[in-house]
Amino acid sequence: MKLLQLQEQFRNYLLDRPSGVVAEISGDLDVYHHAYRAQLLNCLKDTFEKTWSWLGDHGFEAAAQAHIKAHPPSAWTLNVYGEGFDRTLAGLYPDDPEVAELAWLEWTLRRAFDGPDAEPVDQAVLASVDWDQAVLYFVPTLRLGTVTTNCAALWSALATDAAPPPAQRLPAPCGLRVWRQGLSVQFRSLDPAEERALRLALAGADFPELCGVLAAELGEQDGPAEIGRILGLWLQDGMIAAISDRPGDRLPLSE
Amino acid sequence: MIAPFSGFGLGMRPVHYQDFLTRDVPVDFIEVISENFMVDGGRPLHVLDQVRQRHPVILHGVSMSIGAADGLDRDYLEKLRRLADRIDPLWVSDHLCWTGTGGFNSHDLLPLPYTEEALATTCSNVAQAQDALGREMLIENPSSYVTFRSSDMSEWDFMAELSWRSGCFLLLDVNNIYVSARNHGFDPIDYLDGVPFDRVRQIHLAGHSQGRTMLIDTHDHPVPDGVWALYDEARRRAGPVATMIERDDDIPPLDDLLAELDVARLRGRAP
Repeated sequence: MKLLQLQEQFRNYLLDRPSGVVAEISGDLDVYHHAYRAQLLNCLKDTFEKTWSWLGDHGFEAAAQAHIKAHPPSAWTLNVYGEGFDRTLAGLYPDDPEVAELAWLEWTLRRAFDGPDAEPVDQAVLASVDWDQAVLYFVPTLRLGTVTTNCAALWSALATDAAPPPAQRLPAPCGLRVWRQGLSVQFRSLDPAEERALRLALAGADFPELCGVLAAELGEQDGPAEIGRILGLWLQDGMIAAISDRPGDRLPLSE
Repeated sequence: MIAPFSGFGLGMRPVHYQDFLTRDVPVDFIEVISENFMVDGGRPLHVLDQVRQRHPVILHGVSMSIGAADGLDRDYLEKLRRLADRIDPLWVSDHLCWTGTGGFNSHDLLPLPYTEEALATTCSNVAQAQDALGREMLIENPSSYVTFRSSDMSEWDFMAELSWRSGCFLLLDVNNIYVSARNHGFDPIDYLDGVPFDRVRQIHLAGHSQGRTMLIDTHDHPVPDGVWALYDEARRRAGPVATMIERDDDIPPLDDLLAELDVARLRGRAP
């Protein structure tokens, strides 16, 4: 058997597909069969530690085995193997949306952990910005999601080994932003005005457009005050990597 | 000719990052898992940059898949090259194995048949990797749980030929020799007698566990007596050679590993 064919047969054995590799070897193939699954299970436990804690060993391991069976890894790095585990959990726990949302939060924090570095903008430059043409560029680890449950409170309790509160649906879906400030990963639940502004900014709206939308929605008095508050928050949280006020110099937007 | 590096070191794992950042750890080098640092940014690279200012670093990979019949992943090589350029390691190493094929990656070190075809494939892949990295590699002998009926040479002959033909150097894992010898019923001294020690640049020492039918290369125990005895034999043949303790699971406090490394120093410096 040629080497390529032999390796394909070995792969098929690991994936429980029909395989002729047994006839080619002597020894204990089961060691590899077990190690493959154990490695991926450990990877998911490491990445989704709090989801594991929330579900317990039995529930988490059953979900992980289902995910491993449906999603053989393709990338050279295990770092990305957690991608999509939240969707597997959403399918397995349709009546418990906090499970998938907690997993989404853990996954997004993990991606921010070793995502690209970026220095926050120096606040000394703010005075010289032409705000009538300004565009905000965020740190590349910033992600914005929408949650319907108290998954953020669950994460915080599980992170401190405190007894987690009961899972609850929020009165209305809520924005949640995840980013890295220096070396420290962060998340924050958003009020409706900040969520609106951040969604617009991430979609490419410039600063005057943000001001215009908030003024139209909140009034000529409250709109500018809100955008000032929100900009202050973003600066304080180290979320803004650059402010461009020259249209020709526009940078690629963050995802 | 400059003598090859011959110090004593440890694998650095996340549980010991803080020790390496805040203490003057008495090691001659550290070895890290390359893939843990082939990332865009954040704390892992920050830690490695800091530690690199104090210690020489070896980049030890687990995902190159040097025996893959369908070739190497260029994205992987590019990212490894970028890390090596940043860290300026003592050297870059990986395992004699394959990890996947056809878009599948097992994230395990899978065994190769020791045939002329596999040797040619591996030599070609090593040449591509060394070219992409701009440096010679070290290739480590694996532990294994199966042998292939098609194999027509021993693992040590395969390693020797690989080194001679491709120009790579060898990383000898003494624990892996011990484990594979027990699992497949060969004499580990025959293995050592077949190794071209002038090509060996580094030795790994580790522990293992008893599995259902075989010894398993778990790296979760101290180095056992049988592996120390084999290290003595290897050292007699190799002369001074860089040696490290590799612990990947059930990792004890750093001081325990340093005490174990002191044993390696004593045995490694014995005449």
